[in-house]
Amino acid sequence: MPKTLAVNGEEHVVDVAPDTPLLWVIREQLALTGTKFGCGIAQCGACTIWLDKQAIRSCVTPIAAVGTEAITTIEGLAPGRDVLHPLQQAWIDHQVPQCGYCQSGQLMSAAALLAANPTPSDEDIDQAMQGNICRCGMYQRIRAAIRTAADRIAEASDTSE
Amino acid sequence: MNKWTRRAFIGAGVITGGALLVGVAIRPGRRVDKLAALVEGEDETLVHAFIKIDTDNSVTVIVPHSEMGQGAQTALAQMAADELDADWEQVRFEEAPAAGEYALYTIGRGFLLKDVDVPKVLIPTVDGAMMQLADSMGLQITGGSMSVRVTGMYGMRVAGAATRDLLRRAAAAAWDVPTEDIETNRGELRHAASGRTARYADFAEAAAQLKPTYTPTFKDPSEYTIMGQSVQRLDLPSKVDGSARFALDVRLPDMVYATVAQAPVFAARVASLDTADALAIEGVLGVHRLPETAFDSSIGGFGLGESVAVVASSYWLAKKGLQALDIQWTQTGHESVSSDSLYEQFAETLSTGADVAADTATGDVAEADARAAYRIEATYRVPFLAHTCMEPLNATADVRDGRCELWVGCQNPLGFRHTMAAVLGLEYDDVTVHNQFMGGGFGRKARADWATQAALLAREVGRPVQLIWSREEDVRHDRYRPAGMSQFRAALDDNGALLAWTNRYTNKMDPPDAPLIPYAVPNQDIGSLASPTHVPTGAWRSVDHSQHGFFTESFIDEVAIAAGRDPFEYREQLLSEHPRHLAVLQKAASAAGWGTPMGPGRGRGIALQESFGTIVAQVIEVTVNNGVVAVDRVVAAVDIGYAISPDGTRAQIESGVLYGLTAALYGDITIENGAVKQSNFHDYRAVRMAESPKIETHIINSGHAPGGAGEVGTPAVAPALANAVFDATGVRVRELPLSKAAAMLSDTDAA
Repeated sequence: MPKTLAVNGEEHVVDVAPDTPLLWVIREQLALTGTKFGCGIAQCGACTIWLDKQAIRSCVTPIAAVGTEAITTIEGLAPGRDVLHPLQQAWIDHQVPQCGYCQSGQLMSAAALLAANPTPSDEDIDQAMQGNICRCGMYQRIRAAIRTAADRIAEASDTSE
Repeated sequence: MNKWTRRAFIGAGVITGGALLVGVAIRPGRRVDKLAALVEGEDETLVHAFIKIDTDNSVTVIVPHSEMGQGAQTALAQMAADELDADWEQVRFEEAPAAGEYALYTIGRGFLLKDVDVPKVLIPTVDGAMMQLADSMGLQITGGSMSVRVTGMYGMRVAGAATRDLLRRAAAAAWDVPTEDIETNRGELRHAASGRTARYADFAEAAAQLKPTYTPTFKDPSEYTIMGQSVQRLDLPSKVDGSARFALDVRLPDMVYATVAQAPVFAARVASLDTADALAIEGVLGVHRLPETAFDSSIGGFGLGESVAVVASSYWLAKKGLQALDIQWTQTGHESVSSDSLYEQFAETLSTGADVAADTATGDVAEADARAAYRIEATYRVPFLAHTCMEPLNATADVRDGRCELWVGCQNPLGFRHTMAAVLGLEYDDVTVHNQFMGGGFGRKARADWATQAALLAREVGRPVQLIWSREEDVRHDRYRPAGMSQFRAALDDNGALLAWTNRYTNKMDPPDAPLIPYAVPNQDIGSLASPTHVPTGAWRSVDHSQHGFFTESFIDEVAIAAGRDPFEYREQLLSEHPRHLAVLQKAASAAGWGTPMGPGRGRGIALQESFGTIVAQVIEVTVNNGVVAVDRVVAAVDIGYAISPDGTRAQIESGVLYGLTAALYGDITIENGAVKQSNFHDYRAVRMAESPKIETHIINSGHAPGGAGEVGTPAVAPALANAVFDATGVRVRELPLSKAAAMLSDTDAA
């Protein structure tokens, strides 16, 4: 049965088996390939997207469980064309990615964290990022980049006040 | 280091729209038609390194290595651009297509001339035979930390320097001044006396008419402007916005998806197959039995067995179809094999002592042993390890009308091209490989097994097929880091001085120097015994160094403790003939504050391992609590010769450390009833953010030839960790992973 999904601010009609995980709908039907497949059992976080601004593992979220909530993928993280999200810029400044495959999921988890908690402690970061594996082992840089982005967001909001 | 003394074959020409193309070959070989015009003689081949200067003065460096995260493409572009004196802002790179012109003949050359050790496991096999260099087979491998060490040193720098030389001579001729008076800076030529300047592009056509020098002059390191700088990696912007294209992201018209179930016990064949339930699922298009190819059976010698693939309109439906299959497998005779039985087999092999392949035999071990004051023995063992690249293995193939196109992220695109041709029975020229970014490689993606499956499926289906392995297949059908066992005996005199070192271990692979020690021990006897298993093995980040680092650096620690000495100082005294090793060891110790007191339950360990031309020492600090080992801090000192990109080197060391840490703490592929027990990240754990230690990397630019970076951070982790655990608890862990020792450690903590 056809179903309408709201992804990155656009509506898409898809028609797939109701048990199909959102991951595969996004990647195959919508051709948004930035969201990655890593494990299929919510263990690695490569498939992390936002459902109603909450970070979820799309590999275990059947399409039937998704309603009209806004879906955001890595392609929709930046606030606009040619503008990066502060985390994306910090990721480049700290030269975080190596192979880069897990980074869409890392960024979506980190962005959900900062949206909910703009001044996270190290423990907050550990907890929010614990579901995302990086086999290149860039955790130290990810942590530093989250800190940098949090600082810049705070500075920007200070200036604007 | 700054004078190219060997005869290089350098060709220059003008290509589309007046761009200058300079290519370098450093070994005569077969003439390649496509570039024949650029080659001087019949027996010369233009391969290896290319630089293109376009009319807008932009510089493109064509790099013949794949990107799996290690940043090598950027480092290689730095090497070429610096010798060219290019403007880094105008430099970009492209990965070379999988074509013969780009083959890494330098690897072959390095292999032949012993300039570097090429790990044998990285040399591709097309039909199971060792590669024949004389047959000018493809070598385009990324692995063995070869990129900077070989392609960079022998190709990229030569290409850059030769191009700069051509441009200077062209300008000198036009301006009628001596070449020596032409200076270069950031993509410009300048004659100081007359004040004339020009862009490189202005002399591209003129430069192409000149005969290139065979021996361009390199810059002195003091003149580097791009090498030695922590430039931003050129591939990163696409890796933060989801646009970087990995093989899994390939989308083709009319493409279908497939997934596969492989023989759970390696070498098994399909005994019976019931496809009815699978084919009843809407969207499932077909079920295909995939034969074991000659290529597969060459891995390990026992074969991999058969596979069954389901093709469907989506991956999800293919997976559901696979789950609906009823597959019965044949008995292989390996069904009683377990990890325990293999360790028993290894112990049995080592106890026979027959057929030892010697690595080194110096002095007289028996005589030294006889006069020793005391002797120490220890046996260590390590399990199989999977690679678990973040990107599960996948490939997209289109095999129609006698042609094969393959989209894949692999460490050896040219080898894959040969393999596809062999497996499909096609001509080499009818195969095209489009290499994509790799979501991790670590050695796994030098093997073409999954790509051959995709190609065979695509041929049967007659339309493009994207084959995706589940993570479970990835974990259970890897080419594993070999399990192994290593036995030591040391003989010491009254003063604790090391008289003799005897080591026997199972299943030598590569590189040959992995079990050797840098320490001054007058009598040494090191050798291996073959103890084959049916579990397929392959290169795993740092190859044999990963296990031998643990073996030798744990044992030297045991010897030091037995001699009543500090493990750092004991090593220090044995390194008088190896000043680079000594400096690295001392740097790691001083940076870590070696010798300062630590709190209860805490400990510090040190280890030293040279691999791929780079020397690494690490000090690791741990806290052991109720048997659980927490890694607090890792201090690494690294003599890499010369760090082309210091931040890139640091990133690689951090990565190698974490990879080694995951393995040392948790990595355990166990065999039960002939098959791999683990299946996914829940039972084959990886270190996550909260367990990730603080890592400090100290780079030593000793001025020696650049060493590798991508693998060298891994080998010292496990021994430094086990030595730290001993320091904290007094318990010596001789088997990895450390998680297996939790009960033993827990007992001692309580005491």
